[in-house]
Amino acid sequence: MDVLKRVPVKEQDPKVRAGNFDEVCLGYDLEEAKDEASRCIQCKNPKCVDGCPVAIDIPGFIREVEQGNIEEAFHIINKYSALPAVCGRVCPQEIQCEARCIRGIKGEPISIGKLERFVADWARENKIKPEAPMEKNGRKVAVIGAGPAGLTCAGDLAKMGYDVTIFEALHEPGGVLVYGIPEFRLPKDSVVKAEIDNVKSLGVKIETNVIIGKSITIDELMEEEGFEAVFIGSGAGLPKFMGIPGENANGVFSANEYLTRSNLMKAFDENYDTPIIAGKKVAVVGGGNVAMDAARTALRLGAKVYIIYRRSEAELPARVEEVHHAKEEGVIFKLLTNPKEILVDENGWVSGMRCVEMELGEPDESGRRRPVEKEGSDFNIELDTVIMALGTSPNPLISSTTKGLKTNNHRCIYADKETGMTSREGVFAGGDAVTGAATVILAMGAGKTAAKGIDDYLRSK
Amino acid sequence: MSEYIYTITKKESLADSIFLMDIKAPRVARNCYPGQFVIVKMDEKGERIPLTICDYDRENETVTIVFQAIGTSTKRMAEFNEGEAFRDFTGPLGHRSELIDMPSEELEKRKILFVAGGVGAAPVYPQVKWMKDHGYDVDCIIGARNKELIILEDRIKQCVSNLYITTDDGSYGMKGNVNDCIKELVNNQGKEYDLVIAIGPMIMMKFVCILTKELGIKTIVSMNPIMVDGTGMCGACRLTVGNEIKFACVDGPEFDGHLVNFDEAMKRAQMYRSEEGKKQLKAMEGHTHHHSGCECHEEK
Ligand SMILES: Cc1cc2nc3c(=O)[nH]c(=O)nc-3n(C[C@H](O)[C@H](O)[C@H](O)COP(=O)(O)OP(=O)(O)OC[C@H]3O[C@@H](n4cnc5c(N)ncnc54)[C@H](O)[C@@H]3O)c2cc1C
Ligand code: FES
Repeated sequence: MDVLKRVPVKEQDPKVRAGNFDEVCLGYDLEEAKDEASRCIQCKNPKCVDGCPVAIDIPGFIREVEQGNIEEAFHIINKYSALPAVCGRVCPQEIQCEARCIRGIKGEPISIGKLERFVADWARENKIKPEAPMEKNGRKVAVIGAGPAGLTCAGDLAKMGYDVTIFEALHEPGGVLVYGIPEFRLPKDSVVKAEIDNVKSLGVKIETNVIIGKSITIDELMEEEGFEAVFIGSGAGLPKFMGIPGENANGVFSANEYLTRSNLMKAFDENYDTPIIAGKKVAVVGGGNVAMDAARTALRLGAKVYIIYRRSEAELPARVEEVHHAKEEGVIFKLLTNPKEILVDENGWVSGMRCVEMELGEPDESGRRRPVEKEGSDFNIELDTVIMALGTSPNPLISSTTKGLKTNNHRCIYADKETGMTSREGVFAGGDAVTGAATVILAMGAGKTAAKGIDDYLRSK
Repeated sequence: MSEYIYTITKKESLADSIFLMDIKAPRVARNCYPGQFVIVKMDEKGERIPLTICDYDRENETVTIVFQAIGTSTKRMAEFNEGEAFRDFTGPLGHRSELIDMPSEELEKRKILFVAGGVGAAPVYPQVKWMKDHGYDVDCIIGARNKELIILEDRIKQCVSNLYITTDDGSYGMKGNVNDCIKELVNNQGKEYDLVIAIGPMIMMKFVCILTKELGIKTIVSMNPIMVDGTGMCGACRLTVGNEIKFACVDGPEFDGHLVNFDEAMKRAQMYRSEEGKKQLKAMEGHTHHHSGCECHEEK
C-alpha cells in the first residue's frame, strides 16, 4: 500500500448512475476503512481538528477505526456531532479538516469524510445508538426548524437533560437535508431518517406542520406554553430570482421548487402524486452545490443539462466532488456565461435563453475576479426548462412576528457569536437563518454553540 | 392510517363532486382567520394541496375546508370518510383578510360587495360571517354554471343584507354571469359599492376586475396559483402584481385585483396539466417506472 495515496472509494459507474437516483458513492468496507485509517500519523497537535467547525476528535476516532473498534469510534464522533452519516457525505472536507491534514503536504490527505461516513453507517447497520442522556431536568426549550442547526441544538440540550420540542413547518423533519440535497447524494430513509431517529432517541420531540409566526408565535410559546428559551434554526429558505425578462414563463423554476418536488415530494417516483417537469433541454443558472444538485436531478430525469455560471471553473462554489461527479455524468458546463433574457414561445413556455459571454476583470470585495460582459457576444441557447440556483435568503416570517428581534439588511437574524443569543432575551438563533446560506456543518456548529449558550443562560436565571 | 392525527370529524356533499370537511387541527383552529389557507397532505404519497379556510371552530378545534374533486389528488381526497384522518394539515398560511385589520369607523362607511364564483363561495363565507358577527352589512353575489353548483347559499344568506344568485344557464336566480349581475346592481338598481371582494376561478376574477376598473370600484381577489410548500420557500406560487413579483403564499393570497397579471397567472396554472395526466395514466397501468437515461424519455 502506498501511504501517500488514499484507499480509493467505490462509486457507481457514471453511465449507470446518470439514469438512477441511487447513491453515487458506495463508501468503504471495514478492511478499506482500516487501511485508510492506518495512514493517519496521529499528530500530537492535530491541525485537522482546528479545521472542523464542531472540533471532532478526528485522530481519536481514526485510531479506533484502525484497531477495528468501530463502536468506540462512533461514540467519540457522537460527542461532537449528531449527524455523522450526513456530514461524512456532504461536508466540504477538502476546505476544512482534510485541507489541513499533514499527510496532504506530500501526498493525499486522509479521507476523513469517508471514514466518518463509514463509522456512522456501520453503527446504523449494527443498531448502535448514541449514549442515552442523563437525568431530565424538566425545563422546556423550543427549537424552531428541524434542519442541521435545530437538530444539533436539540440533541445537545436533550443530552444535558432539557425537555426539548422541535417545531417544523414542513411535513418531514430534516430541513435542506430532506428537501434540498438529493437522494443520490444523501439517501433519505436509510441515512437522514436514521440520524433524526437518533436525535429522537435522546428524548427530543418533533412536532411537524407547525409554522412559527403563523400557527403560533415565539411570544406565545414562551408566555403560554412554558418554554423558557427558544432556538431559531429556520434556515435561509427564500429563493432569489434574477429579475430578467421571461422569468415567470412556464418552465422556469427555482432550484428549491425543482429539488423539493423531486426530494421531499418524491416526484421522480411515479407512485407519488406530485408532478415534476422533467424537461429535455435544461439550463441551471448558478455554480454552487444547489446548482449541481438541480443539474444532476434533471439529468437523471432524462434531460440534456447545461450549467450556466458567470465566473470561471476556479470560482465554482460547489464542493469539488460534486463538480467532478456532475462532469462525469455528462452535465455540460458553460462557464463565463450570463443569462440576459429567457425566451418564451407563444404559449408562455420557455423556448430558450439569450446569454452573453463574460471575462474576468479586477478582483471584487470577495477577492474573486469580477466577471464583466464581453461586448457583442450575445448568443441564444435552445431550452425548454430553466432552473434558477442563485442563492437564498432567510424567511422574514419569524423576524416579522417576534417582538424585539434584530436583523441585518440581508434579513439575517442577529445572534451573538459566543452564546448564540439574539437581541431578545432567552431567544437564540443559528445556522443559515443567521449567516445566510452556508453549510451543514457550520449550521451544526452554531446549533452547538447555542445549546451551550442556552444552558448557561438557564442555569443563571 | 390510525397514526395520522388530523381526523375528519364531518364530511358533507355540497353538490355533485363538491365536498365539505371538518378537520380536527387544534393549532390551526386556534389561530386562523378568514382569508387564510391551509395545506393538506392526505397520506404518504399525496401532494401538498392548498385550500382556503371556509370556517373554523376554536372551541372544538376544527377547521372547515371545501374542495371540488376535479384533479387526481382532490378525487382521491374525496374518497376519505368521517373518522378517517389526513397525514398532514398545516396552517394557517398567508395573510388574513384586510377587512379584519381595518378600523371599525372605516368598515362602517364601506359599502362592500362580495362576489363568489363556484367553489369560491367557500372562502367568501368566513369573511361575510366575520362581517355579520361584527355588525357590518354587506351584499353578496353567488354565481355558478347551474343551480346544482350553487353552494353554501343558506349559510351565506344569513350573513348578508342582500344575496343575489346568478347561473349561466338560468336554472336558478338571474340568468347570466356575475358581471351581468354587478352591472344590473350598479347601473340599473342604483347600488353604490366602494369595495368588491371577488373570489372564484381566475377567469372570473379577471373579468370582474376589468369591469370594476371601468366602474372605478377597488377590488380584492384571492389568488390560488400552484403551490408546493406554502411558506415562501419555493417560488412556485409567484405572480406579477403591479410591476413586482409576489409570492401568493406569503404575500397574499389576497391582492389588489386591478394590479394582478391574470393572463400570466392563468398560463402558469396550466403548467402541470399534461404532467398530472401522465402520472395518473402510469398509476393506472400500475407499474413503477424510473427514467433511465435519455432513450426512454417521453414526449411532453
Ligand atoms: C440543494 C442544496 C444542496 C446543499 N449542499 C450542501 C453540501 O453539500 N454541503 C453542505 O455543507 N451544505 C450544503 N447545503 C447547505 C446546507 O444544506 C445548509 O447550510 C444547512 O442545511 C443549513 O441548516 P439550517 O439548520 O440552518 O437550516 P435548514 O436546513 O434550512 O433548516 C431549516 C428548517 O426550518 C424550517 N422552518 C423555516 N421557517 C420555519 C418556521 N417559521 N416555523 C417552523 N419551521 C420553520 C424549515 O422548514 C427547515 O426545515 C446545500 C443546500 C441546498 C439547498
Ligand atoms: S408555495 Fe412555495 S413559495 Fe409559495
